[in-house]
Parts: sequence; structure tokens; C-alpha cells
Amino acid sequence: MSQIPISHILFVSTALFFIGMYGFFTRRNMITMLMSVELILNSVNINFVAFNKYLFPQKMEGLFFALFIITIAAAEAAVAIAIIINLYRSHRSVDIEDADEMKY
Amino acid sequence: MSASSIFFYFVSAFILAMGLLAVTSKKIFRSAIWLLFCLVGIAGLFFWMQLQFLAAVQIVVYAGGIVVLIIFSIFLTQKAGTDLPKPATRRIIFSILATLLGFALTYTIIARHPFSARDTGPLNARVNEIGSQMLGTGRDGYALPFEVVSILLLAAMIGCIVIAMKTPAINLPGREKKGEPEKLETNSMTV
Repeated sequence: MSQIPISHILFVSTALFFIGMYGFFTRRNMITMLMSVELILNSVNINFVAFNKYLFPQKMEGLFFALFIITIAAAEAAVAIAIIINLYRSHRSVDIEDADEMKY
Repeated sequence: MSASSIFFYFVSAFILAMGLLAVTSKKIFRSAIWLLFCLVGIAGLFFWMQLQFLAAVQIVVYAGGIVVLIIFSIFLTQKAGTDLPKPATRRIIFSILATLLGFALTYTIIARHPFSARDTGPLNARVNEIGSQMLGTGRDGYALPFEVVSILLLAAMIGCIVIAMKTPAINLPGREKKGEPEKLETNSMTV
């Protein structure tokens, strides 16, 4: 545990963040974009926990931030899926290219 | 190299490989399963940091809740067995460029920053400690964010029900007239 420098953990979380960003850029399906957002949120969680564990082990602020982020991510996913299902009902598709009524 | 660090590198490689597969897989259902493995790997990373409660929450909420919700919405909205359309090559190239540049910039900043621990000692993250801080109102108490998050969850739940509720066929006369042509239009679009 202590032999691993913190920058290696931050490497993992940064890489995961940019993997999620890549998915967010390339995917056009709303569900897969939601999955990319989950990846990004998880990478932030790893960051919070690693900073707490390595730099401030007497407190638990990072742990609580991670817990609240997990809660908010659950709420966000539920609302997003409700919106996606409602959109599917009216457009018969969850592709973001098909939902462009408010664009022009 | 001890067993602990070997475990760390193995879990990290697992997380990154599963994350990459989740964002590049052609079939959306497989993509959801790769995402599930990635989230379980992150829970393993939390176990490795000896934060058992957070790892359990990660498995219960993400693997048990969010991924199941995503899989259900895939079943509700996607045709089974069809591939996702391949993104345009130009978009792939520019996305890879943007992410690689962003990653290089961020990681050079991280690698040059000297992280120095303010205080040392083991992190005391037992569940009774977490519980008493979560509901404490003192200096290290998180009672206010706890209440705010519970209100947020309630609001999200009501919002989900309202958004996803099927509008009944017999509605107010004004809304019915407005809703009718839209429905016809979408039907003709699909046929």
C-alpha cells in the first residue's frame, strides 16, 4: 500500500477520466453517453479517496465526498434514464442526432 | 515488488482495459457489461485502500443499482442484436487528439507536483466512525449535507416519476389538441 506513490493512482484516475471523455465525444447514443459520464464520476471518486488516504489520513473528508458523489450519481442516472425513456416515447430513438427540434 | 503493489497494478490495468472496452464496444449491451466490470474493479481499488464501506457502497449502488437501471433502459429502447453506428472517422481522430492532449497536460502537471502528506497515520474508516460523523452536528459532522442529499434524492425520485409517467389518453382539452398532431407526426416518421 505505502510503496505505491500517489501519482500512480492519479495516473489511473486521469486515464479513466479521459477514457470517459473519449466516449462522451464519440458516442451518439444517449445511454452510452450516460455510461461515459459514470466513468468520469468514478475517476473523480478515485481521486478524492486517494488524496484522503495519502495526504490527510486523520480526516475523512474525501471519503464523505465520494459517498455523496455516489449518491448524486445515482439520482442523476435515474433522472437521465427517465428523460431518455420519455424521449424514446416521442421520437422512437435515443440518438442525439434525432433530437434536434430546439437546435435551429 | 510486494503482493499488494502487484494487486494494485493488476486492478488498475483491469479498470482501464474495461473502461476502454466500455467506450469502444460496438454492441451497447456488451458495453454495459464492460462498464459493470470496470465499476467492480474500482470497488476492488477501494478494497485495496482498506475502505471497505466505500467499496461496499460502490458495489451496491453502482453495480447493483445504476448498471441494472442502464441495462433495463437498453432493453426498453434498443433493438436487440443491432450494432451501434460507427462514429465518423474525423470525429474519432479529433476525439483521440483532444483526449491525448488533455491527458498529457494533466499528467505532466500531476507528475511535477510534489505531494507531501500533512499528517501521517492510518486512516480510521470504520463504519461506526463513518456513521457518527455522517449524522454528527459538531466540527466533523456531515448532518447538513446528509439532509440536503436526502432532499435531493426525494426530488429526483418525484422528478423521475413525473417525467417518465405516461400521459393519460383523456387529458385537458387544450393539451390534447396540442399533443395529437405531434403523435401523428412521430408515427409517420417511424413508418
